[in-house]
Amino acid sequence: MADSHDISKHVKTYIGIFIALLIGTVITVGLYYVHFNSIAVTIAVALVIATLKSFLVAGYFMHLMSEKKTIYWIMGVTIFFFLALVGLFVWSLYDIPKPRGL
Amino acid sequence: MQATSHATHHDPTHADSHHEELGFWRKYIFSTDHKVIGFQYLLTALVFLLIGFLLIGLMRWQLAYPGRAIPIGGALMEKMLGSDMVGKEAVTGKVGVIMPDLYNSFGAMHGTIMVFLAIVPLAFGAFGNFVTPLQIGAPDMAFPRLNMASYWAYFYGGVVMLVSFFVPGGAAKSGWTSYSPLASVADAQYAVNGQTLWIIGMVLLITSSLLGAVNFITTIIQLRAKGMTWMRMPFFVWAQFVTGFLLLLAFPPLEAAGIMQLMDNVLDTSFFLPTGMVVSGKVADISGGGSPLLWQHFFWFLGHPEVYVLILPAMGIVAEIISNNTRRPLWGYKTLVYSVLCIGFLSFIVWAHHMYLTGMGTKISTFFQTTTMMISIPSVFILTCFFISLWGGSIRFNTPMLFALAFLPMFGIGGLTGLPLGFNATDIYLHDTYYVIGHFHYVVAPGTIFGLLAGIYYWFPKATGRFMNEFLGKIHFVFSLIFMNAVFLPMFVQGMAGMSRRMYDGGATYSLQNTPEAIGALNALVIKHNISITHAAIGLGLAQIPFIINFFWSMFAGKRVTSDNPWEATTLEWSTPTPPPHGNFLKEPAAYRGPYEYSAPGAATDFTPQFQAEKP
Amino acid sequence: MDIPYTSKPRPDTGLYNAKVGIWLFLASEVMLFGALFSSYILLRIGADVWPQGLLNIPIGTFNTAVLITSSVTVVMAWASLKMNNFPKFKLYMGITILCALAFLGIKSIEYKDKFTHYQVWLKDGTTLTGHIAGNPYFWNHNTLDKKKLDHIEFTSDGKHDAKAGDKGQSHPGGHAPAVKIERKDITRLSAYVPAHSTYFAIYFTLTALHALHVIGGSLVLAFFWGPGSKMWKTDPERFTNRIEIGGLFWHFVDLVWIFLFPVLYLL
Repeated sequence: MADSHDISKHVKTYIGIFIALLIGTVITVGLYYVHFNSIAVTIAVALVIATLKSFLVAGYFMHLMSEKKTIYWIMGVTIFFFLALVGLFVWSLYDIPKPRGL
Repeated sequence: MQATSHATHHDPTHADSHHEELGFWRKYIFSTDHKVIGFQYLLTALVFLLIGFLLIGLMRWQLAYPGRAIPIGGALMEKMLGSDMVGKEAVTGKVGVIMPDLYNSFGAMHGTIMVFLAIVPLAFGAFGNFVTPLQIGAPDMAFPRLNMASYWAYFYGGVVMLVSFFVPGGAAKSGWTSYSPLASVADAQYAVNGQTLWIIGMVLLITSSLLGAVNFITTIIQLRAKGMTWMRMPFFVWAQFVTGFLLLLAFPPLEAAGIMQLMDNVLDTSFFLPTGMVVSGKVADISGGGSPLLWQHFFWFLGHPEVYVLILPAMGIVAEIISNNTRRPLWGYKTLVYSVLCIGFLSFIVWAHHMYLTGMGTKISTFFQTTTMMISIPSVFILTCFFISLWGGSIRFNTPMLFALAFLPMFGIGGLTGLPLGFNATDIYLHDTYYVIGHFHYVVAPGTIFGLLAGIYYWFPKATGRFMNEFLGKIHFVFSLIFMNAVFLPMFVQGMAGMSRRMYDGGATYSLQNTPEAIGALNALVIKHNISITHAAIGLGLAQIPFIINFFWSMFAGKRVTSDNPWEATTLEWSTPTPPPHGNFLKEPAAYRGPYEYSAPGAATDFTPQFQAEKP
Repeated sequence: MDIPYTSKPRPDTGLYNAKVGIWLFLASEVMLFGALFSSYILLRIGADVWPQGLLNIPIGTFNTAVLITSSVTVVMAWASLKMNNFPKFKLYMGITILCALAFLGIKSIEYKDKFTHYQVWLKDGTTLTGHIAGNPYFWNHNTLDKKKLDHIEFTSDGKHDAKAGDKGQSHPGGHAPAVKIERKDITRLSAYVPAHSTYFAIYFTLTALHALHVIGGSLVLAFFWGPGSKMWKTDPERFTNRIEIGGLFWHFVDLVWIFLFPVLYLL
């Protein structure tokens, strides 16, 4: 079952992804020292870089890029519910009835 | 047709060439065979069902006869649980009065035991384990050792829960919902208290369910036999599949919240404890900054999918039995499948309808109302398909069918009474009243439990090679049906009159301290219902005796089956020897058609099994 | 009795059983950590004060690099098996486990540092952060009462007389000399432990749960490196799949940290 040729191509990719991840980490920490005007942008920058790194790990190290539909369905449904969990929790914090003056 | 089975107990015939004779412990206690594990779940869960029932029986005594000692066993209870839990009658000094703390403990543990230790293990652990691999044509679950681990995690979770009754302070007493801050404040004077053990028990139970869910879903995806396409699976398997996903994705947030509440209790964190919290007149020595609402969100994020975990397997069982005993295909198979998938999906985004009274804003409240109303639609579709499936049927009124038929209107009442609870406006009045108790018990008690009982009567012949006694079964059915309704129907009346739930005195305070004209006062009739409900509950308990006798007696002396397919059913489990051996099928199973080919036009018999190859 | 598709993939799904199983398990783990992350968000939004700068960024960055390295070595270990190179597998897997141990070691040092670092709130409304003479663990004001101590020797962090309710920033720089603080002047004393504040409560919960997963993962990988590697001789395909499954779990653990690090240390 060992497709040596295929796998050795992949090895190059793994090293490349490793370097990309390290660079991503350096960038994230570097941007920590840059002051952004709004909190939203700061959070967005941190999370976007983290998400990109996670796509690299999931896509290449975890072979998600070449995985089967079943796995996509499982993870897709999960991510949807995770976003629903976070989104609805945060919404509940902000949608509070305002007290009316007596 | 089928060869006559030998229907011998403990048949050592193996389906494969491996003739490893396992010792008693590996064969019956530490088995990795899904059928043995299913049976272990069944027995353990039925015991917990009985324990949960005893707890509510004791509570109902207190509600009907406040301040009176329980008739038998009062002294024993006081010895086991201590005198601050079990008191004396004021006038006679008789020992055995349930004190408020004990009442609350019983209440919290009744809910916990019934939901997590009885119904889910029965519906998912027992029936799911035993029937699913058989119905899809698999030799076992995908991960047999993981299956065994799931059972033992459940078992030890149950042990921890039971042990919690005997620690200082007694068992958890903050509701099965374990709301903070009460859950962290009650019994805080004890380092390790019942609430801590409750959380540890829950972690074990959640682990058991998670591992089980991984097993079930993988099995259904990967181990379907040749020809068993997704749309040829019995509806029972679809129901278990969706149930698996609900358990897989909804339990982890509660596990996270459980860890956080454990830390609140043991490490003095303030995840769910607000700043400036005052306990017994003193400001609590905590960091504050937490939110009790956070716990509620996490709990109900699980709590709502959990109720679908309770009902879907029962719907699956009822589907099988209805089709089999009307000798007709299920009406609307595709509708049923899409509905159950919809229910699974929507169930994750309706949870805050349990939290309407927490001060949510109108927009988010509307969102949850909308999704709650939406989810009632596929449920109605499923029930309607079942009802239509009866039309034109040649109905056989055996015991499984009686329970399955009764499920329909009982679940209907449960579901319909949920509608006023799903609307914010009406829920403001009904929240936390006995109406809610009536609603959810109708869905789970004469709903799910009837479905599960139907399943026991239906699959008993396959598991043991003997029928359960029909006469005892019909007695069990008639009296269960009568008493279920006698217990839970008056609760709607009590709830609408405003009687709050979880009250030790059954609302007596409201009637004593208010004049009859005062708003919120409960009149004597509403309070009197407590007595009739308690009597009906005792009747319900007695009505289970024929079942218990029947179950054990029939295993050894019931009428033997004369074929492997005594109900003349169409699904794959009826093609195995009886009882099925290790590995289940003697030859490679295959599905040649859909699961409900009853009374097919032009066929020689009124059923064409899935496993029967086409005649050339 | 043989369960099909334990090694050979099932034709229509293209997957073998354990792969479906591990992805399902990872889905549940996404919900678990997701719930904790959403707690973090809610607790932080709802807090009056949220400290910054209390976590050591260079150490955290180094730990991130350690885990990323372990991620690439574990996939290289699997690739080595696919290329039939067992010694290389042993090497890469060994490095992976060492990285895991390094991560845990560094985390323990971070934890120890927190457990001996104190904040004291005084009756006049000010608050000080620093260390207590002797560097004890887990003291709080109740400990002082239990031990019947009437004062503590406190070495402040170099920030004096900060008003209670400030952002809790600690500045680098010289420490003030040890001062004697009377028990009667103390309203609250706490180490940087979960009970200190929701900030530390969620920090410790997230990182400790993550660390538990690192421990669990390393135990499994160590088993595959050691006694479990016998299976390479008897059933190489199944063994390779086991390494793939272990690697998938390991990558997930790395993924969680990729989010944990910026959220806890940087934001």
